[in-house]
Amino acid sequence: MVENNVFDISALNVWYGEKQVLKDINIEIKANCVTALIGPSGCGKSTFLRCLNRMNDFIPEFHLEGKIINNGTDLYAQKIDPIEIRRDIGMVFQKPNPFPKSVYKNITFGLNIFGVKDTEKLDKIVEDSLRKAALWDEVKDDLNRSALSFSGGQQQRLCIARAIAVNPKVILFDEPCSALDPIATGKIEDLITELKKDYTVVIVTHNMQQAARISDFTGFFMLGELAEFDKTKKIFTDPSNKVTEDYITGRFG
Amino acid sequence: MSKGVLSKNKRNSKVFKILSLTAVFIGFIALGIMLVDIFIDGAGRISWDFLSNFPSRRPGRAGILSALVGTLWMMSLTAAFSFPLGLGAGIYLEEYARKNWFTKLVEINISNLAGVPSIIYGLLGLGIFVRVCGFERSLLSGALTLTLLILPIIITTTRESLKAVPKSLREASYALGATQWQTVYSQILPVAMPGILTGTILALSRAIGETAPLIAIGALTYIAFLPHGVFDPFTVLPIQVFNWISRPQHGFAINAAAAIIILLLITLMMNSVAIYLRRKFQRRVKW
Repeated sequence: MVENNVFDISALNVWYGEKQVLKDINIEIKANCVTALIGPSGCGKSTFLRCLNRMNDFIPEFHLEGKIINNGTDLYAQKIDPIEIRRDIGMVFQKPNPFPKSVYKNITFGLNIFGVKDTEKLDKIVEDSLRKAALWDEVKDDLNRSALSFSGGQQQRLCIARAIAVNPKVILFDEPCSALDPIATGKIEDLITELKKDYTVVIVTHNMQQAARISDFTGFFMLGELAEFDKTKKIFTDPSNKVTEDYITGRFG
Repeated sequence: MSKGVLSKNKRNSKVFKILSLTAVFIGFIALGIMLVDIFIDGAGRISWDFLSNFPSRRPGRAGILSALVGTLWMMSLTAAFSFPLGLGAGIYLEEYARKNWFTKLVEINISNLAGVPSIIYGLLGLGIFVRVCGFERSLLSGALTLTLLILPIIITTTRESLKAVPKSLREASYALGATQWQTVYSQILPVAMPGILTGTILALSRAIGETAPLIAIGALTYIAFLPHGVFDPFTVLPIQVFNWISRPQHGFAINAAAAIIILLLITLMMNSVAIYLRRKFQRRVKW
């Protein structure tokens, strides 16, 4: 298998105002793999994730130096429109955030804004996305019910289906299970493992077992620096960095 | 904790409850007395003739037709001007404008404008709409003046309603590749709409009760015809009431009470419309 890089990130530095939150990050993210980002709160892993689809643009004091190359495109080049970037790089958030609309409309919104109006096509994409998100059987009779009337785990899978519907290449997960119970978490984890066949997945998680279970690569962030990045197996069995070892064995954090 | 402190705390809690209950009663009783008084004076006077007659020198034959029609005109025109303007300005300030010292200044000024006495707006309207624009003492001048009066309220309500929409909804929309306008139009506005509409209608309710600014722009107190267009002179219910209570005959005082009842009914109706619209929009947004 030829492993090509979806993201080539070099010399990435990020500031919020005067405060530097990411320091000289260099990382390669491989296609069709799950890359997990772990580290204590405030270490910059969520900030890093949000650099990948330019969701940090909304923060007024945000400032970035360095390069993030996504399949040959420099995401922070002048001529790049962040709207197009986000089309290819979907995102699932910490708290399930479905729109206060029906299940059906939640999924079709991303298609409507790009002019897909054909009902048959929409119906098909809705079904496909919900199947891929392992939610179809639970909601197929309630497509017109409010998305918010479902459980937290179902809402989160709906958000995944919504991201899949616009056919991205990458899906970013920002602590997707932190608001869910263990059963719902298990379902999301199975789903993520399933998704990497078709998509590249980057996931920020506070749960180290989760990183160990589902990821192929793991990056350990510490105080804004990427302390270690390697194959997940290596990180969890034979970390080369003392700090990483202390963190994953629970000595701090 | 000693027993003494505990019983003292309990006593204080009881005293506070009684005080706030008293406050409620004072407001309630004042309102009640006012309503009862007006109804005793005026309820018997309300009839079809009262609604469909023009004003007259004789209290028994005078009616409120021109004032009622004027109020309905004024309300519709003011709504038509103020809602789109207030909504647009609110959306721009909240969603698009950069947050810097200038927008802060604009923001503070808009809040201050909401507190300017209404007669000042009347004088402004007289200067701009009646004189400079040459609209004369018409419905149009009146409606534009009232629009200026309630615009700050609508802008502020719009901003507050937009601000109350959770940030997570915006993120969800942007993460799908939506533009700012698509996000505002399809996701933010529907959620904010109930609040915006309620605020707008309450602002309009305030506008139809206004007398001072309309007198300032020179609304007539005696009108024995109906306006045919926005450039016609007009009168409205509060002005009619003002005119009647300043007359010596007792019959006009009764007329004034009856007209006040009608004005109250219109306000009540508008508030019901606000509640209805809020429900309707809340249903469309499936929380």
